[in-house]
Amino acid sequence: MTCLPVTTQKKLGLAIDLDTCVGCQACVTACKGWNDQGYGAPLSDQSPYGAEPSGTFLNRVHSYAVQPIDGLAQTINFPRSCLHCEDAPCVPVCPTGASYKRAEDGIVLVNEDACIGCGLCAWACPYGAREMDAAAGVMKKCTLCVDRIYNENLPEEDREPACVRGCPTGARHFGDFADPDSKVSRLSAERGGYALMPDLGTKPVNRYLPPRKKDQRSEASVLAPLLDIRASGFAGWLDRVLGKI
Amino acid sequence: MTVQPKIDTSPAVSDEIRKTTCYMCACRCGINVHLKSGKVSYIEGNRDHPINKGVLCAKGASGIMQVTAPSRLRAPLRRVGPRGSGAFEEISWDEALELAVSWMKPLRETAPEKLAFFTGRDQSQSFTGWWAQAFGTPNYAAHGGFCSVNMAAGGIYTIGGAFWEFGQPDWERTKLFILFGVAEDHDSNPIKIGLGKLKARGARVIGVNPIRTGYNAVADDWLGITPGTDGLLILSLIHCLLVAGKVDLEYLAKFTNAPLLVVEDGPEKGLILKNAESQPFVIDRRTGAPAPWDGKGVQPDLGAVYQGNRTVFQHMAERYLSPDYAPEAVADRCGIPAARIHALAAELARVAFDEAIEINQSWTDFRGDFHATMPGRPVSFHAMRGISAHSNGFQTARALHLLQIVLGTVEVPGGYRLKPPYPKPMEAHPTPHFVSVPGKPLSGPHLGYVRGPENLALKEDGSPARIDKAFSWENPFSAHGLMHMLIPNAHAGDPYRIDTLFLYMANMAWNSSMNTSKVLEMLTDQEDSGAYVIPRIIYSDAYASEMVAYADLILPDTTYLERHDCISLLDRPISEPDAAGDSIRWPVVEPDRDVRPFQSVLLDLGARLGLAPMVKEDGSPRYRDYADYIVNHIRRPGVGPLIGFRGDGTAEGRGDANPDQMARYIENGGFYQAHVPQEAAFYKPWNAAYQDWAVATSFYESPQPYLFSIWSEPMRKFQMAAEGLGPYQPPDHLRAQLKQAMDPLPIWYSPYAEDGFSVHALTQRPMDMYHSWGSQNAWLRQIRGTNFLYVPTKIWTEQGFREGDYARVSSSNGEIVVPVAHMAALNDNTVWTWNAIGKRKAAWALDDGASEAQTGFLMNHLISELKAGPGRVANSDPVTGQAAWFDLRVKIERVGPKAQSEPAFAPIPRVVPQGRDRA
Amino acid sequence: MHPAPSVILFSVLSGAGFGLLAYLGFGFVHLYGWLAFLWWGLGYGLAIIGLFASTFHLGNPWRAWRAFSQWRSSWLSREAWASVATLLSCAPMALSDWLSLDLPRSFGVLGGVCALITVFTTAMIYTQIKAVPRWHHWITPLMFLTFALTGGAILAGQNGLAQLLCGLLLGVMLAVYRIGDGQFARRAQTLGSATGLGVIGEVTVFEQAHTAGNYLLREMIYVVGRRHAVKLRGIALVLATGVPAVLLLLPGIWGAGLAAVCHLIGALAARWLFFAEAEHVVGLYYGKR
Ligand SMILES: Nc1nc2c(c(=O)[nH]1)N[C@H]1C(S)=C(S)[C@@H](COP(=O)(O)OP(=O)(O)OC[C@H]3O[C@@H](n4cnc5c(=O)[nH]c(N)nc54)[C@H](O)[C@@H]3O)O[C@H]1N2
Ligand SMILES: Nc1nc2c(c(=O)[nH]1)N[C@H]1C(S)=C(S)[C@@H](COP(=O)(O)OP(=O)(O)OC[C@H]3O[C@@H](n4cnc5c(=O)[nH]c(N)nc54)[C@H](O)[C@@H]3O)O[C@H]1N2
Ligand code: SF4
Ligand code: SF4
Ligand code: SF4
Ligand code: SF4
Ligand code: SF4
Ligand SMILES: [Mo]
Repeated sequence: MTCLPVTTQKKLGLAIDLDTCVGCQACVTACKGWNDQGYGAPLSDQSPYGAEPSGTFLNRVHSYAVQPIDGLAQTINFPRSCLHCEDAPCVPVCPTGASYKRAEDGIVLVNEDACIGCGLCAWACPYGAREMDAAAGVMKKCTLCVDRIYNENLPEEDREPACVRGCPTGARHFGDFADPDSKVSRLSAERGGYALMPDLGTKPVNRYLPPRKKDQRSEASVLAPLLDIRASGFAGWLDRVLGKI
Repeated sequence: MTVQPKIDTSPAVSDEIRKTTCYMCACRCGINVHLKSGKVSYIEGNRDHPINKGVLCAKGASGIMQVTAPSRLRAPLRRVGPRGSGAFEEISWDEALELAVSWMKPLRETAPEKLAFFTGRDQSQSFTGWWAQAFGTPNYAAHGGFCSVNMAAGGIYTIGGAFWEFGQPDWERTKLFILFGVAEDHDSNPIKIGLGKLKARGARVIGVNPIRTGYNAVADDWLGITPGTDGLLILSLIHCLLVAGKVDLEYLAKFTNAPLLVVEDGPEKGLILKNAESQPFVIDRRTGAPAPWDGKGVQPDLGAVYQGNRTVFQHMAERYLSPDYAPEAVADRCGIPAARIHALAAELARVAFDEAIEINQSWTDFRGDFHATMPGRPVSFHAMRGISAHSNGFQTARALHLLQIVLGTVEVPGGYRLKPPYPKPMEAHPTPHFVSVPGKPLSGPHLGYVRGPENLALKEDGSPARIDKAFSWENPFSAHGLMHMLIPNAHAGDPYRIDTLFLYMANMAWNSSMNTSKVLEMLTDQEDSGAYVIPRIIYSDAYASEMVAYADLILPDTTYLERHDCISLLDRPISEPDAAGDSIRWPVVEPDRDVRPFQSVLLDLGARLGLAPMVKEDGSPRYRDYADYIVNHIRRPGVGPLIGFRGDGTAEGRGDANPDQMARYIENGGFYQAHVPQEAAFYKPWNAAYQDWAVATSFYESPQPYLFSIWSEPMRKFQMAAEGLGPYQPPDHLRAQLKQAMDPLPIWYSPYAEDGFSVHALTQRPMDMYHSWGSQNAWLRQIRGTNFLYVPTKIWTEQGFREGDYARVSSSNGEIVVPVAHMAALNDNTVWTWNAIGKRKAAWALDDGASEAQTGFLMNHLISELKAGPGRVANSDPVTGQAAWFDLRVKIERVGPKAQSEPAFAPIPRVVPQGRDRA
Repeated sequence: MHPAPSVILFSVLSGAGFGLLAYLGFGFVHLYGWLAFLWWGLGYGLAIIGLFASTFHLGNPWRAWRAFSQWRSSWLSREAWASVATLLSCAPMALSDWLSLDLPRSFGVLGGVCALITVFTTAMIYTQIKAVPRWHHWITPLMFLTFALTGGAILAGQNGLAQLLCGLLLGVMLAVYRIGDGQFARRAQTLGSATGLGVIGEVTVFEQAHTAGNYLLREMIYVVGRRHAVKLRGIALVLATGVPAVLLLLPGIWGAGLAAVCHLIGALAARWLFFAEAEHVVGLYYGKR
């Protein structure tokens, strides 16, 4: 049913560290690779070797330029996938019940067998987290790797999303935001994790950890010279230095 | 309420996992290849693997698209039309091999040097080199010369190890990490994992790079340096540290040649003073008298003067204390305010000295002196092509090592750590060999480290013995050869003509050549007789690259999941500071085309040519295939390509060949690690426990402790020659260059540049593409299917650029017309683009209209392989021959919107059909 | 938003169709026999063609029946129900008019109410989308209803009323443009706020996530040239309201027929703009709107 559950037992989601993400795109293809053969229809590509290729991806990494008022320009890489919103607008709009939010863990999923591919949920999502697969005609979105995180065929340590497992810098963290003691909750609390466009009332579960302040060196610090080399000459300097041993 | 659908959260993942090694790039990560019904279904990182510890990069995780790419070659091809026309016919392997033998055999019997065998970024250089040596040609090298030989040689000649992937910061302990000129590096995943560790700890990262992307984007502090001036910045930091006395004197005295004495005058001027036994010595502070440099208890005196000869330390201090190196004097040239240089020096000193750390681990040094703990200075550095791909890169690399040395931070906790088989002194490497005799193997290994002019690869008449002029006066320390000069020299017949160009895994007709448009002409140029100037070209590629069209015979290779490979300690292994490691690849799937692993083909060719080490006494092939070679080849007694599971399966490092070895590697996840004992983990060059372990594990035959070379004697020998001293004399036109570049102490000189072109033009590696070969990947090309020229705000506004505009970019070598985009986080005087995104139309089985070939472009057309002026002098570092890609200077002007980059080449004829749908 | 022809056709035709059905249901026109068959048929036809057209843009049209299941939450599902309810509830009155069964008008009123509710549900599908600020306003349902009533009135031959409604529609459309143009700005979302990076400084796109195209770019990020839009607005206004109002002054069926065609063309242009000018907030992440 596309009515949202009143609460969910867990709030599973990702904490994405923008201070650490180097924009390597590993999570993008890790996600593509897993989901191309996992949950639901493959993530198809149209005209993959043609002039205008286009394909379904559940996770895309943007790169932004940020210019502080005073200070050097920065580059910030910004991965974007489903935020598994608590008040997910993509769910109630779905006419078929294909789109739903799981009561047990809050994961927002599409039941592809019921999806008519009307696209309305993608319109409703402010974050661009849903992409209609052009071959299967069904809506695809991040599943939070629901077929990994509980998968008893995987070793315990691998029961995490493919993008998290694959991220070389460890910029992506997976866990339960309903548990204040979970790694993601603690990280988010320590680092001031924030939600995207909170004013839209979607209540995203995922958190972004902001970049730490950059270019904060103190230009004032200067090494004190040992002595006035000009006055004492090289020999003086040498004595002074070596006298220190 | 309808019930929430029940879903299977525990689906079967695959039928089988096979563990092998990735080869979407040269980082060599461990992968778990999942198979469903015999087909590759999913690839993930191997958590147990030392390199990647489970993670994968964007390329690795899309390897499945590489293995199924429509661009894969399908069968051996023989050229039937004009070269470059793409007219080929498929032939059988027997025909192909016989044809190759018919070309090679006469050369071997008359003039082996007429075969030039050069390889790209393969990982079997100890094998291909061995083959070339057996063939007897002096003309062998891999890609290192155009890649980062400055980094390798600068490191080996100074600290006996290099950046590149041969060492890494002590990621667990370092508190301040400074990265010079790195976009990605070979150690892709290890660097990312390491940066992640620093970030998790909140340790400080500083990026020195004209461009702020990737690693530099996450750096806490960014120094947008002017290209080519890092040496100046580094020497200025050393100046500040010296002025303040913030240098690690004990480290300098004990572990470096700082206390050795430099001959002040006479015919030996500038060489290290030796005693009667030809041994360098120090002055012992306890006695004030000469003492052996490695004597027990000796306390070398840095300030000693002995018979008028001063220590290296004094020479060094005197040079860098000079006001020429004061921040105020270098700031403008570096594009970095003096205050920031002062601040950086202060920060280095504070962390190195005030925040020093210590590990509770005793050890004994090579002098026999006992140390109760391992003190450490938690400052670390890493650098790569940003400093290396300039014509002053060798000296800049040396300068950076000197900075590490004065801070006492190499091979200490928190600092920079080398990975076995490094550290290894220059003296433990071979010298170059080049003497070739028809029908005989070469006198020894091709590549090595020159100790003085006597080691140069010169013929009797003083002309270069090698086609690439490696180890000549032009670039004496060219330890990796000069692949970028191969085609131009062969075309010019300078120093001589060759007959057959044998290339493996290098896209020389496109992104790996300087001056690509010209190189294409050289490849097809004909004599008046109609014969090609470069008569024959044999090439092995796995894909329909641009180079394929320019070969006469194509030996199609397998993809990385279809063959055996050996990532050997004799080559570029997968070691970590705490463990030596090597690994294999093995065929986890069978090829579905008529292709063969190139290494096996090489063994077959060798056997057909009757090359001694490849045939048995009865003339039959010695090795069945490469797998057989990997297991059974013996390089030195007890030493083979792999160190694990030797002998009866328990021997490590040394031992007989073990027929079971390959199976044991596969069982072990495709790799092996020999762990460094704890007491040997740091101070390796001087640590007796490490030295013993290294001997046991086969890296050297006897302990090789050594001192870091602040003062480089081999360099001084060349400088002396340039000054007219000694029996070996350079040609006059190179004297000035040698005098400057071969300075025994690190120096900075302005990189080669031409008047009138003031803007620096660079390229960077995208993390999600590997050179040219990523674009055939259906997933990756969606991420980065075209490139722009990024222009800094200053030039953007000066030129009045708007979104969608193109620019004409010209250098003294030519011009390109390319799309531009604005970037603020960029050095004011620098433009750049992603490397090798531009493609030739119809290459790589892509559509003619592919964006890579439409708007995508190469910077290479602008880069000359020669310096302007008389003679054919390579556009390279005068010390090592390193290709000076990043010395490029250009002019830029706006041309408004356009739809196609220039030069726009005609589509290359297809050797495989255009790709349609994804597998 | 991508102006998908099937959706534009659907909403315009079915809007007019339901409008006509409403007039017929409410009994504005008194038709009997085959004439009734023809007019009811026209209403049904437009509504059904429209609904049919709308399935073209579904990825899996054969599953369309599932769209009935979520009436409790989904406006699209409600629309499905409402349109079926309209088609069913109008049937008795239509049959009655055709076959002179003389059923009470209240049957027709029920059908007419259903028809207007259907138009309202259609409008609510768009109105509810917060991520498209231009749509997310009460003026959207008003506009849809006014279009349906105007188109319906023209088709139902209610010339005087139609002319009045043309005037009203003109006002509503002007209000739609006026309000719509400010909607995105009122949301006060920028790339800086959407990414949360605005607290550091001014945010712009350095590199797009992928150089290749994708569904989002095609579906949500459709950039119409400004000059283009202004011209089209003029055409839409004139064709949907002014010209039909004048044409309706012509005597006989021709005037009404031309007015209807003209109005529908204007409505199509207006509906094209309704999509093409609507900016989805996801465009912010792409530095486009
Ligand atoms: N402008 C500019 N140019 C540069 C550089 C730069 O920074 N700027 N960098 C330079 C450097 S450092 C390098 S290393 C070079 C790299 O340049 P190349 O070595 O030419 O690199 P690739 O494009 O990767 O080409 C390697 C070839 O190997 C083929 N190949 C891939 N896999 C296999 C395989 O399994 N078997 C075989 N037989 N062939 C295979 C590919 O199809 C391709 O044709 O580029 C250089 N060129
Ligand atoms: N994903 C991916 N990984 C690769 C490769 C690839 O193609 N793709 N190629 C592999 C190969 S062959 C190599 S050689 C390595 C090279 O790896 P890198 O050494 O990272 O090489 P580049 O990408 O050429 O980056 C050079 C960096 O130096 C900067 N730079 C240029 N000039 C200067 C300067 O004067 N001073 C400073 N401080 N910085 C400067 C540039 O801005 C750029 O960031 O990467 C390897 N790894
Ligand atoms: S894999 Fe990690 S570092 Fe790379 S782009 Fe994704 S989040 Fe960023
Ligand atoms: S991010 Fe979008 S798709 Fe995901 S739950 Fe929120 S609204 Fe739905
Ligand atoms: S596209 Fe599928 S999941 Fe989305 S609203 Fe339509 S039916 Fe529901
Ligand atoms: S959680 Fe899984 S589905 Fe979601 S972005 Fe990561 S890999 Fe893709
Ligand atoms: S860095 Fe990436 S492409 Fe290179 S070996 Fe590792 S996983 Fe493969
Ligand atoms: Mo390289």
